[in-house]
Amino acid sequence: MRPTQILSTPESVEITNTEVISINNFDFFYSQVQALFSINLSVYEHSVMALIGPSGCGKSTLLRSINRMNDLVDGARVQGKLTVNGNDIYSKGCDVISLRRDIGMVFQKSNPFPKSIYENTCYGLRIAGISDKKFIEQSVEQSLRDAGLWDEVKDRIHENAMGLSGGQQQRLCIARALCVKPKILLMDEPCSALDPIATTKIEELIYNLKKTYTIIIVTHNMQQAARVSDFTSFFWLGKLIEVDKTEKIFTNPSIKITEDYISGRFG
Amino acid sequence: MINNLKAFFRNGTPFIWLSGAFLSIALMMILGLVLFIAKEGLQTFWPAPIAQFQLMDGSKVSGIITKYDPATAQDTAKYQLRIGNRDLNGLDFKWVEESSILSIVYPKDIVLAEREEYGYFIGRFDFLLTRELQTSLVNNRIPESVLKESQELKDQILKIQKTEIGNINQKVEQNRLALKTSLNEETRDRIVKENLSLEEEYKSLANQLVALEATINESSLQARVDDGRIITLKTKSIVRYFEPNNLTFFDKSKIFLSRINEFILGQPRESNTEGGVFPAIFGTVLMVLIMSIMVVPLGVIAAIYLKEYAGNNLLTRSIRIAVNNLAGVPSIVFGVFGLGFFIYGVGGFIDQSLFKEALPAPTYGTGGILWASLTLALLTIPVVIVATEESIAAIPRSQREASLALGSTKWQTITNIVLPGSAPGILTGFILAMARGAGEVAPLMITGVVKLAPSLPIDSTWPFFHLDRKFMHLGFHIFDVGFQSPNSEAAKPMVFMTALLLVLIVVTLNLAALVLRKRLRKNLGGSTF
Repeated sequence: MRPTQILSTPESVEITNTEVISINNFDFFYSQVQALFSINLSVYEHSVMALIGPSGCGKSTLLRSINRMNDLVDGARVQGKLTVNGNDIYSKGCDVISLRRDIGMVFQKSNPFPKSIYENTCYGLRIAGISDKKFIEQSVEQSLRDAGLWDEVKDRIHENAMGLSGGQQQRLCIARALCVKPKILLMDEPCSALDPIATTKIEELIYNLKKTYTIIIVTHNMQQAARVSDFTSFFWLGKLIEVDKTEKIFTNPSIKITEDYISGRFG
Repeated sequence: MINNLKAFFRNGTPFIWLSGAFLSIALMMILGLVLFIAKEGLQTFWPAPIAQFQLMDGSKVSGIITKYDPATAQDTAKYQLRIGNRDLNGLDFKWVEESSILSIVYPKDIVLAEREEYGYFIGRFDFLLTRELQTSLVNNRIPESVLKESQELKDQILKIQKTEIGNINQKVEQNRLALKTSLNEETRDRIVKENLSLEEEYKSLANQLVALEATINESSLQARVDDGRIITLKTKSIVRYFEPNNLTFFDKSKIFLSRINEFILGQPRESNTEGGVFPAIFGTVLMVLIMSIMVVPLGVIAAIYLKEYAGNNLLTRSIRIAVNNLAGVPSIVFGVFGLGFFIYGVGGFIDQSLFKEALPAPTYGTGGILWASLTLALLTIPVVIVATEESIAAIPRSQREASLALGSTKWQTITNIVLPGSAPGILTGFILAMARGAGEVAPLMITGVVKLAPSLPIDSTWPFFHLDRKFMHLGFHIFDVGFQSPNSEAAKPMVFMTALLLVLIVVTLNLAALVLRKRLRKNLGGSTF
């Protein structure tokens, strides 16, 4: 079943940075159904990797495999190797809790907790057992600033987060993820439920965050992928078809099917 | 026409009306129930006028008209009178045929006195008798000073009986137990000596009591009943007296409030048919509170395990079905279990190991408020488990994922996200459990409820909480007063009032929980449960 046209770590990509995530021959199964076939992919430090492809092609599954969120799914099973910072995260000794602490995740639908904005933001710190009030306050302010939300909420930081607008809630979720100072940020269609203005804000945010974080973003929006990412990988039917620098993928893809998808001929 | 009819049914209009009608019927039934109970109960607190019937044969009979039966084919018209004076008549009520009545008048000078024994006195006061004096009582008025003095003496007697003699008895009992266990000659001597001095103390207190009783009994009233009989009333037994036909609205309201006050805060008298129900209120509320303290943590923890940690297999499913079925087991079965397991089993074991010296008199090996509360906790635990499981299941998956993705453990997610989020649902279960627990009588009757408890489960003697004590309960009180009392006709209003009070207490407890739930929901924002 292994596709012939796979391009893993293509020669054309200049490896300027260290490899943070490396995925080798990675298969994923939901019970009997195989969702990912032999994926090979590398993500480099301080770069943005966009995962694109039609619905059901496995991009979210791959994203959720990186911080082992798929453990929650009954009957989920993997084969192959997935390393983060050199550690095989599916090996027996892997500490899932500290892995997830190092990898922030932003979900498709904003999911703030029914707590105050402040408590939402510092949730990660609190469960990590940090109780230094001053440090928490500083971290909350910094992450809300990083998420571009500080100026909008600084006067009502102890009010319930459920009162925020959709875009604000999503940025709050980003701030919440940033507050624990992860190294990698996984974003699962973070803008799919937002209006164009909120989307622009989040895209700007991603652009700024790139300096300090390694970001993997799943998106259905071709323009968004083109705007925010350095690398783009195209998935189709659970297979990684092509991965390359974003400008190359969008201007001159090597594979026909990628071009068809990007130009809107299918999917 | 046909089309209109079709549209009418398609819109569901008739069913909307139907459902509305059913809802109103249900509401009216509840409202009717409460209003009926309230009316039947409260009206007896309002001073009723006393009618004096002049009969054809020249005699007179006075009382409160409680019922009028109009004439039927078989029977003539009749009045039912509450004539009181049970010490003279043996009965509280009397039927008078309408045909035998010459006239009905409402004399202003007739007096009604509530007494500590034999129910109402209805008649007129003539003299106040003290040791050396015989004073005429004008206008049925007893001097305030006499009543006050009598009340002071009563308080003194009560204090000696309850507190001082009670303390001596407690010490004597302690010494008895100590003598049983201690073998040391010296301590035995000491205890024996102490017992002697306690006995002296007891004797002097007993003498004091006799003297006080003599003083209080010196004061009495000579009174006259309508049929001319003379009766002597003890001043100390008079709780309240007034002239019902000579009262302004304000006076009546005062009596009404004073009677309600006595009912809620007073002690029962006359085998529970008169006086207050305070011990029963106290017992009911305390029992529900102890039950809640037991049932909520237990039920929630069980539900968390069942929902979050137990695998979804045959065993879990059977446990879930068993829990649901447990909610349908008749409550008396739980009572029998409580008797067998808690009282004989656990209580017996506690007595064997901790209160051995008191045996064969049981301490925990007999019914008590703790065992009754635990039995009710068992009875209501399925409700809490089911409600908790459902509200845990209603926590959005996205919030669990958000928590886990931030590096929290499953347990942290449960305590920080799942439990706070499901708190309103847990409270719903708690409210249902409380409502069921507070109204349950059958299992209590074999696990610790009594007709009359000598002391409350919480008082000022160490260790303050006496959870081994038997207690009184409003539900059982209703049963007892309504069906077990020798004078159930006179106690009828008491039954209704107690029922009203029980409903009010359940409603109050529920409202408190509802307010709490509303506040929790507000904190949870848009979450609905």
